Amino acid sequence: MKRGLKPDTNRTEPLLRIAGLSKHYVQQRTFSRAEFTVNAFQDVDVELFRGKTLALVGESGAGKSSLARCIALLERPSAGKIELESEDLLALNRKALFRIRRQIQMIFQEPVSALNPRLNACEIIAEPLAIQREGTQLQQRERALQLMEQVGLDAKWERKLPFEFSGGQRQRLAIARALALRPSVLILDEALSNLDASNQALILELLAQLQVSHSLAYLHISHDLRLVSQFADEVAVMYESRIVERKKTHDLFASPEHLYTKELLATVHSVESILLERSA
Amino acid sequence: MKYFARRLFHATLLLLAVSIFSFAILQLTPGDFFAPMGLNPQISSRTIAGLRSQHDLDRPLPARYGHWLWGVLKGDLGRSFAYNSPVTRLLAVRARNTLLLTGTAMLLAWLIAIPLGMWSAVHRGKWGDRAAGVMTSGLLAIPDLVLFLVLLLAAVRTGWFPTGGMVSASFSDLNAWNKGKDLAEHLFLPALGLAIATLPTLLRHVRSAMIEVLEAPFIQAARAHGIAERRVLFRYALPVAANPLISLFGFSVGTMLSASLLVEVILSWPGIGPLLVDAILAKDVYVVIGAVMLSSILLVAGNLFADVLLFAIDPRIRVE
Amino acid sequence: MSALILLTVFQSLILFAGFFAPYDFATQDREQPFVAPTTLHFIDPQGNVHIRPCVHTLEDSGQGPEAGPTDSGLCYPVHFFVRGTSYKIAGVFVSHFHLFGVEAPGRIFLMGSDAYGRDQFSRFLFGGQISMLAGLIAAILSVSIGIVVGGIAGFYGGWVDELLMRGGELFLALPWLYLLFAVRAALPLHISQWEVFLLLVSVMGLIGWARPARLIRGVVLSAKQRNFVVAARGFGASDAYLLRRHILPQTYGVVVTQMTLLIPLYVLAEVTLTFLGLGVGEPMPSWGSLLASLQQYYVLSSYWWMFLPALLLIPLFLVFYTAADALQEIHKTVTL
Repeated sequence: MKRGLKPDTNRTEPLLRIAGLSKHYVQQRTFSRAEFTVNAFQDVDVELFRGKTLALVGESGAGKSSLARCIALLERPSAGKIELESEDLLALNRKALFRIRRQIQMIFQEPVSALNPRLNACEIIAEPLAIQREGTQLQQRERALQLMEQVGLDAKWERKLPFEFSGGQRQRLAIARALALRPSVLILDEALSNLDASNQALILELLAQLQVSHSLAYLHISHDLRLVSQFADEVAVMYESRIVERKKTHDLFASPEHLYTKELLATVHSVESILLERSA
Repeated sequence: MKYFARRLFHATLLLLAVSIFSFAILQLTPGDFFAPMGLNPQISSRTIAGLRSQHDLDRPLPARYGHWLWGVLKGDLGRSFAYNSPVTRLLAVRARNTLLLTGTAMLLAWLIAIPLGMWSAVHRGKWGDRAAGVMTSGLLAIPDLVLFLVLLLAAVRTGWFPTGGMVSASFSDLNAWNKGKDLAEHLFLPALGLAIATLPTLLRHVRSAMIEVLEAPFIQAARAHGIAERRVLFRYALPVAANPLISLFGFSVGTMLSASLLVEVILSWPGIGPLLVDAILAKDVYVVIGAVMLSSILLVAGNLFADVLLFAIDPRIRVE
Repeated sequence: MSALILLTVFQSLILFAGFFAPYDFATQDREQPFVAPTTLHFIDPQGNVHIRPCVHTLEDSGQGPEAGPTDSGLCYPVHFFVRGTSYKIAGVFVSHFHLFGVEAPGRIFLMGSDAYGRDQFSRFLFGGQISMLAGLIAAILSVSIGIVVGGIAGFYGGWVDELLMRGGELFLALPWLYLLFAVRAALPLHISQWEVFLLLVSVMGLIGWARPARLIRGVVLSAKQRNFVVAARGFGASDAYLLRRHILPQTYGVVVTQMTLLIPLYVLAEVTLTFLGLGVGEPMPSWGSLLASLQQYYVLSSYWWMFLPALLLIPLFLVFYTAADALQEIHKTVTL
């Protein structure tokens, strides 16, 4: 039985739980022996629920992306725990890790660098299936075409190369690829930042649809608070490598506590209209 | 100063590695200097064995290396079998000649490359620049070997220049002025050849460095302030372009050394080149190693010099 | 563009040297040393005009060796598609056909003959085979080593990278010609010609890996950071998969440009070595041995045609470099 797709899971249990996650780097100054420590993020406690979106906001910097990569199991944190449905992911051996990887997928900020310019659309989307050795080549292709339709791309374009697609379409490709292994968690690292406003809206709509149809949990990293307000259920604010505030979106906008949160909100005009939108 | 010390240390390690490498390669082979003698039935194997042990050829490799290295530290680079004299003395004379040649050629090449490159950059795209570009590409395509042969041909056919050697046979009889003239006559063709061989690349790099600098915003700002073009060029652009050019200088030392080897052999200039070639053919190992080490030292020294110069000139490096 | 076409023409000339050359590279005619290039006559000694050119022959004047041969007054017609000495194409296919030739004792020396009466034109074509083959093989060797070393260094980083790059510095620290000489010195001087060739080529290839390695390492490093590689890792891809599918294909451009730069360089290296007597020797022809006789004074002053091979090399290399530039331009426009 495939892991993670139990339709009768208790919706109030967190799907992914992160506790006390920290990561620091040790760097050496050029031409000297002195070392200094850089904290990417410290003591992060986060919970992701099925069908819900948690937004992570903060200044542009390595902290948020680094956190995203750790959660996506692309980097190792220095301390802390990551549990997927009570299974400790950091303690897994290579084989188990290989199987678990399908559960958590990531969408990157830059659609151009995320797609290999030499592979066509079908190959790109089918790649995770090829790596995880799922199905025959024919079956992989069929699934890829299916996914293309799901994200709103015409299946006729399966042989096109990335440069032949627009920015918005490339992100759709990336999303299709991420869905190939039927994940339960999707991490979006500033996935909308490089798109223009109309494309952002379209992709947001797509993501919302997919979240419902596939019961996905989203961790959405963004520096754009206004954008975040449109889709997030919960918002966590990151400041100087720590999470300083975490609330439901409406509560955050209505009554921010931390100084930094207030500063962030100050840059967003018409907070009231946002509040109005959300309560509608 | 710390910077310099570190680079020096680095360079010494490198040279040490080079010496081990060359030594190992040369000694790992069948046959040695005295092997051909074995083919001569008149020379007894006892004599050969005696010659071998006299020159320490029968000791194990690491021992010979250690012995050689110890000697190097004392200034003794071993002994040449063919000339039966210390390698150091042989190399010193040859090195002096090679340095004279390459120094002159360098000077000549840079003296042409810098003004011409600057002029090309300033008049970029116009017919003068294009003509220079075509000429450069043409010169670049000519293999060094062919170029030097052409010069030799010119010398032989026209008789305007001596066809070889560093000085005439009657050198010692000449007075000081004529000595200089004689030397210059002999030096001219090889230096010219060497300069022409390295000129195209230098020219291209000077031109592109200047172009890059001239397009920088701070130059536009200087012009907007009304500063005269000539001043802009020499006081503003050139110092900044000097940075990549100095690196280029360090790099060009290596290519010039390689080319100098060839020109010395073809035009019979008594430098390291002909010595090395003969030593290889005779398997005169200590000479070969000495020559290789010497050229490495020259190369590394050239780069080091360029680094130090860069350090002195570019304040950004000092801040790091 | 036209450079590439010209290059192909040159390459075919050399590849099919046996066909285009009237003689084998070793065929000697001791009676006709240092003969100037043969003039083609369209009017025979009897005053008739022909379309087919003929060549005059020389014969012993009967006045002793100092007088040299004189014109025999006989004109031998040049035939096309003749059967002559056998040769091999690409070392495999045997053929007897030559593009043109003259019946013995007539000789056609398009570029004159050397001290042993060997046809310089034939030797030029055959010499091209050796010299260019040497350059090609050595370049392939260097770039292959560069791919392996650069790939490993760039991909794994850390102390492996440090170690490999320092090793490369060692090779870059020496003026390459000196290093080549030193290693050549290490090789025994009297072994079979093919062994010399192979050893020479291997040595050249082994010396020049450092620069391609450094460039490829750069490409691998940047490719490693690209998000599609990260994404593939996220799907559980193994290192070998990443290298094979994503990273190495990005190096193709660098590989091609390095090859186009290295091949002429290595060809010249072989020619230089042979010229100095350190490369392949007789009877294997090489452009270097063709030029070697030019070091002698009397050759330079009296026999101008011996210089022709040197002059012919100039347009050849010009074409090479132009083609290399063209390829680089193409590569630049193809990669995003």
